[in-house]
Amino acid sequence: MLPASPDNSLPERWRADVATRLGGAEPVLAWLELDLDTHLQFNHGLLLITAQRLLACTPDAGWQEWPLTPQRTLRHIDHAGVGCLELVEPTQRLAYWRFTLTQNLAALRVIKEFERQTEALTTGQPPAVRDEEVCATCKAPLPPGEDECPICARELHEAPSTWTLFRLWRFAKPYRWQLFSGFALMTGSTAATLVPPYLTMPLMDKVLIPYQNGQPINTALELQLLAGLFGAALLSWSLGWAKTYILALVSERISADLRTSTYEHLMKLSLEYFGGKRTGDLMARIGSESDRISVFLSLHALDFITDVLMIAMTTVILFSTNHWLAIVTLLPLPIIAWMIHTVRDRLRTGFEKIDRVWGEVTNILADTIPGIRVVKAFAQEKRETQRFREANAHNLAVNDKINKTWSLFSPTVTLLTELGLLVVWAFGIWQISRNDITVGVLTAFLAYIGRFYTRLDSMSRIVSVTQKAAAGAKRIFDILDHVSSVPEPLKPVTLPRVQGSIQMREIGFRYGNRSVIRNLSLDIQPGEMIGLVGHSGSGKSTLVNLICRFYDVSEGAIFIDGVDIRSVAISDFRRNIGLVLQEPFLFFGTIAENIAYGKPDASRAEIIAAARAAHAHEFILRLPQGYDSIVGERGQGLSGGERQRISIARALLIDPRILIMDEATSAVDTETEKEIQSALENLVKGRTTIAIAHRLSTLRKADRLVVMDRGEIVEVGDHDELMAREGAYWRLYQAQLRNAEQNLTEGAEA
Amino acid sequence: MNTASALSLARDSFGRLSLTDAQGVTHEGVVAVRAHPISAPEEGIALVSQDGHEVAWIDQLASLPAAQRALIEAALAEREFMPEITRLKGVSSFATPSTWSVETNRGSASFVLKGEEDIRRLPGGILLISDAHGIQFMIRSLAALDRHSRKLLDRFL
Repeated sequence: MLPASPDNSLPERWRADVATRLGGAEPVLAWLELDLDTHLQFNHGLLLITAQRLLACTPDAGWQEWPLTPQRTLRHIDHAGVGCLELVEPTQRLAYWRFTLTQNLAALRVIKEFERQTEALTTGQPPAVRDEEVCATCKAPLPPGEDECPICARELHEAPSTWTLFRLWRFAKPYRWQLFSGFALMTGSTAATLVPPYLTMPLMDKVLIPYQNGQPINTALELQLLAGLFGAALLSWSLGWAKTYILALVSERISADLRTSTYEHLMKLSLEYFGGKRTGDLMARIGSESDRISVFLSLHALDFITDVLMIAMTTVILFSTNHWLAIVTLLPLPIIAWMIHTVRDRLRTGFEKIDRVWGEVTNILADTIPGIRVVKAFAQEKRETQRFREANAHNLAVNDKINKTWSLFSPTVTLLTELGLLVVWAFGIWQISRNDITVGVLTAFLAYIGRFYTRLDSMSRIVSVTQKAAAGAKRIFDILDHVSSVPEPLKPVTLPRVQGSIQMREIGFRYGNRSVIRNLSLDIQPGEMIGLVGHSGSGKSTLVNLICRFYDVSEGAIFIDGVDIRSVAISDFRRNIGLVLQEPFLFFGTIAENIAYGKPDASRAEIIAAARAAHAHEFILRLPQGYDSIVGERGQGLSGGERQRISIARALLIDPRILIMDEATSAVDTETEKEIQSALENLVKGRTTIAIAHRLSTLRKADRLVVMDRGEIVEVGDHDELMAREGAYWRLYQAQLRNAEQNLTEGAEA
Repeated sequence: MNTASALSLARDSFGRLSLTDAQGVTHEGVVAVRAHPISAPEEGIALVSQDGHEVAWIDQLASLPAAQRALIEAALAEREFMPEITRLKGVSSFATPSTWSVETNRGSASFVLKGEEDIRRLPGGILLISDAHGIQFMIRSLAALDRHSRKLLDRFL
């Protein structure tokens, strides 16, 4: 079957050109848009293949073409993010094209087509029909009747929107009724605080000024007004208390939910994500950023809304009392609003910057404290202090810069407040002199705007705290928005009882711009033990990580019992995998808890059975608290071999069909290794096992040995076969033998 | 290890370098690699065979005879790709992932920055920016950029 007419998908700018060159009769089978020229300058070109020829259009050479012949091959090389296709004959290179890895998949398509066509030329048969519809990107089979691969249609390159804070609504929604009642209480309490200045009007005009003019004080009225003042104060106190309490509770819950969801999401992200992030930074995001948002919601946002309400209500009262004076009073408001607006941008970028710099400081801590032994061993305390000092100085410099703007901001608002009051005094006195208003009205106005302007001052602070909170929210949503590069399938396939066969089909994996695994295919039978052998850096651990689905393959697919592992729910899949690592990690808790980590509901008998099988039972019993002994952060107090046996028991307990051992015995001495080895034999029985070992002697039991070099399989076979072949395995074996002998003779001499 | 004086280099019809060392052994398809591509590009260049072993070491590129130097420089030029950003034309957003369109010493390009942590500071004030596909862009010095570029970049640092 031919691919669905790719001509239509040709980039617009090439379509006309290609059409004139090819005519209608020669369909384009595959194409690659070149984004670099041969001198590695960014430039545009096109490479395309038809059934008869390979055509290229490059800026240097214009259109060129090469007929397809059986001797010609296309070679694909990539290095540091740049790919290269070479058209070669047995004696020479005819041409080459370069492109960035952005175009890599198109390049692979071209090669595939090229191989199909040249093979047809060699055999004289029509081009091979593809046996099944596979996705061009990942080579996974496509669901029938669909062109787009569900696995590949997920790469996201969009930035999150800037209205980050509003996205917090998702977390506020469950508390909307509490929020609503909180706002109602807030309106009530704000209204209550506005009563006292209003009462100063009659108090001034009807009580004090008549008294100054010689009339006796109207005691009844006076008492009435004083009672009113007292009542208003009491009301605003109780309403204010209730509102603050309710809203503080809600905001604390919102931020707690935010924190938990972020952590939950973080746990689901792939190892790739954790590889690229620094611990200090992630800790800061989940810890202090969510706290900052909580403070913002419960304190600053609350105050701000109260202030807005107060300003709105005050405006109404002022206008209903005297609109001329009201206009003059409110005049400075737009000026202040404008000031707030201009400073806003500068402050926001500044605060974002402070956050990043702060992350830098914590990163140094997260680097040095775990590595303190190295620091001390090399006596580099001074240098580390210097590094910290520099980061801190950077922090200081950034803070200084923003403080320059910030410090000017507040006093200016205060100055404007004072000026505003001055204007009101002047205009009020003039109005009183013309008998437009009474002294009481002016006093009330002054009392109102006294509050009003001080609120403006605090409102101006909302700019910075909102920006801080928004920056924090952005950093949290950065985590929440991150789509795991190991995504859960939309419609997961349920995995029946797993037999344990693993099939890798033309898989490739790229870490950054380094390709770590290249075009690797391997079939593993159920119950088979495979030993992975190779120099360090040959891709053994990466292969294991791919099988565990800690990362997803960049090309090709891995199948377990014939099911693509990407179509199975991750937890469903991992349940079938037992992993024993070189550095066994024990969590803080009892030994029993650690053994039962993968199966928390395991019975005590199960735990003990697993420990016995892992040869851990006896040493555990020797500990003062037996299975209830607490093991520390990194399992302090236990030797490497003991920790390893606990982790073997952990893997045994979940009874996995597939077992993966990544250098499980290389961190311990030979004596301990023997003990672990017999524990491992219990573990291996009847399971599909993939073992990586540096010491080849530990893999003697393997059914097949797979020798890897630079991301490719170079040899497969059992020990005797590979020794007979005298290839890569033989060389590795000889090298180790020599080492062992050397150690022996040295030992004997000593 | 072979030193520069014993080098006999040639370019074969596949465009690859082949090296004949002092013992008369010919290594085909050797690759020239700079040891310090950023901090000291002209010093310390290794010729590495196809199976990844170092077959020759050149302390100083300048110390080689002109013909050999030209061959090695050409080989390096074919392999090295680290565009130097000379100007930032624009960024799609200040939140990552963000698409940057830039002017580089290799022409104009655009790329996707996945996260702020993909911008790394190297000693000497050099910034290294890796895009979503692992291509590395370099900024030699912040001060040499124009105001607009600096302002944009500042939002990510």
